[in-house]
Amino acid sequence: MSNFIFQALNGISSAMFLWLIAAGLTVAFGVCGILNVAHGSLYMVGAYFAFTFFQMLGINFWLSIILALIGVGIIGFLMERFFFRRIYNQPIEFQLILTFAFILIFDNLTKIVWGTMLIIPNMPHFFQGAVSVVGRPFPIYNLFIIFAGIAVGVFLWAILNKTWWGKKLKAAASDRDMANAIGINIPILFTMAFIFAALLAALGGALSTPIRVCDSGVGGAVIIPAFVVTVIGGLGSLRGAFVGALIIGVVSSICTLYLPFIELFVLYLIMAVVLIIRPQGIFGEKR
Amino acid sequence: MNSARNISTTLGLGNSKFGLICLSSFIIFLLLLPLFSSDYLLYVVMRIAILCLLSYSLNLLLGYTGLLSFGQAGFYACGAYACGKILLGGASLLPGIFIAMVVGGIVAIILGYFCVRHTAIYFAMLTLAFGMMIFSLAEKWIKFTGGDDGLVGIPRANLSFFHIFSVEMNKVPAYYYFVIIISLVAIYLLYRIIHSPLGLIFQGIRDSEKRIAFIGISVKKSRLACFTIAGIYASLAGALFAPLEQTVTPTVAHWVTSMDPIIATLLGGMYSFTGPVVGSVIYFLVKDIIVRITMSWMLILGIIIVILVLAFRGGIMGFLHLWLFHRWK
Repeated sequence: MSNFIFQALNGISSAMFLWLIAAGLTVAFGVCGILNVAHGSLYMVGAYFAFTFFQMLGINFWLSIILALIGVGIIGFLMERFFFRRIYNQPIEFQLILTFAFILIFDNLTKIVWGTMLIIPNMPHFFQGAVSVVGRPFPIYNLFIIFAGIAVGVFLWAILNKTWWGKKLKAAASDRDMANAIGINIPILFTMAFIFAALLAALGGALSTPIRVCDSGVGGAVIIPAFVVTVIGGLGSLRGAFVGALIIGVVSSICTLYLPFIELFVLYLIMAVVLIIRPQGIFGEKR
Repeated sequence: MNSARNISTTLGLGNSKFGLICLSSFIIFLLLLPLFSSDYLLYVVMRIAILCLLSYSLNLLLGYTGLLSFGQAGFYACGAYACGKILLGGASLLPGIFIAMVVGGIVAIILGYFCVRHTAIYFAMLTLAFGMMIFSLAEKWIKFTGGDDGLVGIPRANLSFFHIFSVEMNKVPAYYYFVIIISLVAIYLLYRIIHSPLGLIFQGIRDSEKRIAFIGISVKKSRLACFTIAGIYASLAGALFAPLEQTVTPTVAHWVTSMDPIIATLLGGMYSFTGPVVGSVIYFLVKDIIVRITMSWMLILGIIIVILVLAFRGGIMGFLHLWLFHRWK
């Protein structure tokens, strides 16, 4: 039983990364209507930036996260403004290959800038150590990740429901033309929403550096689990992304403990079953 | 989009004298190629032919029925693993390929039963899920698939028929003829399917699902038929791939492999019958050439795809049609 609890807790902490990526994916899809396969690459670039600032330039951990966010925000702005904006109303297959092209571009650029070696960043010293959970050492950093993920969730909920900007976002997501007609500047709002989505991915990437590796293939590798999460929770639903991430994180973590061979299979099986029974996802609305 | 579709469908394969001449000279060129080319060039042409079959399988769903499959690599892998397994068991080439197609068709019927209830993004996501399920099976079911190493040492078995005749396939030109003839026949059959009443139903579903339902045709059953045919074509491509490479690894089922036919089809133009051929040739050659000249081939390929998507939305064939259309008017 203690195995189970411990592994579930591990699952929750890895679910938080999935949640941050899936949240951005679902915002970009729900508001702008774009299925961004390159979203995982923004996560990867966020991780590389945070690593560079923290370890190579020796900047304070928190400041390096903020700098990474700014960097990825600028990249997100350029991507949206010059490329993605043109395909918002295009069929999904065009979105798919355009954003896939960006995976190739980002993978290659990171290889050029940071080399092909696996990078294993250090843990900042104030996060080293562990607390005891069910009689075992649980890293402080993983605990911090769980709190950070929940904090981001609360923050997103507050932005969407308590601010004027969040209301505009919701309006644009539910009816673009009507929102435009009542005087919301849709192109600017979409740019901001896309940057916001990019920032969420970058935050996930930057926070992942102390416990994961930086590798130029990460972008393509994290995007499919993020798809699984968004599909389970419902495309365009933030609540769904959170719950979906928890389900996937915990299930895959428990599967690695008991049935390591079918872990991946189980994830895609859950995705397929949800799509067959309830295609709009647990919290999604039918489009 | 609509204008590109209308113009593009007019010029298919050989419904004009010019098209017929182009087509026959292309086929003669393919058949004469082994006389004056290296084995490597033949290998490239075979890979292109296989990508072409896979692209046709995708385009039957995408261009003709309006369904984007994001998991076509799953059926490709079914074909490749089935054929590899059978050839490793010592069978000759034709039964290997035939059984692989049957396996692909059965898997397509089973998965298609669930997939065809959905359209658009849900269809794409469900095919992605099934494709990745096949990938995870290929990777983890080590007893059957060999895990990460895959199936190794698949023989290019002889092409024999009940002891009546037997042709050795070990030499590259022999296998080249086999692949090219099978591909040409398969593409011709697909052309006939698309121009049959069934093909018209597919296109009707793409343009207006409701009208097809009003006529009294079951949309789901027609979609399932389309999905199954596409699955059979994808597994045929996989079945030809296994003896060519002589190994099959799980990456053939990965979602990145599913991107190849999507890119090739969109490059060529999805509303024209010749689109997938043109797209496969260009995509494969561009990839092959830039991999030779630069380490940063992914960067260059990515930039080329971005330019093509933003500038030539109807694909190369769609662009050519528009251009010719304006020229001649």
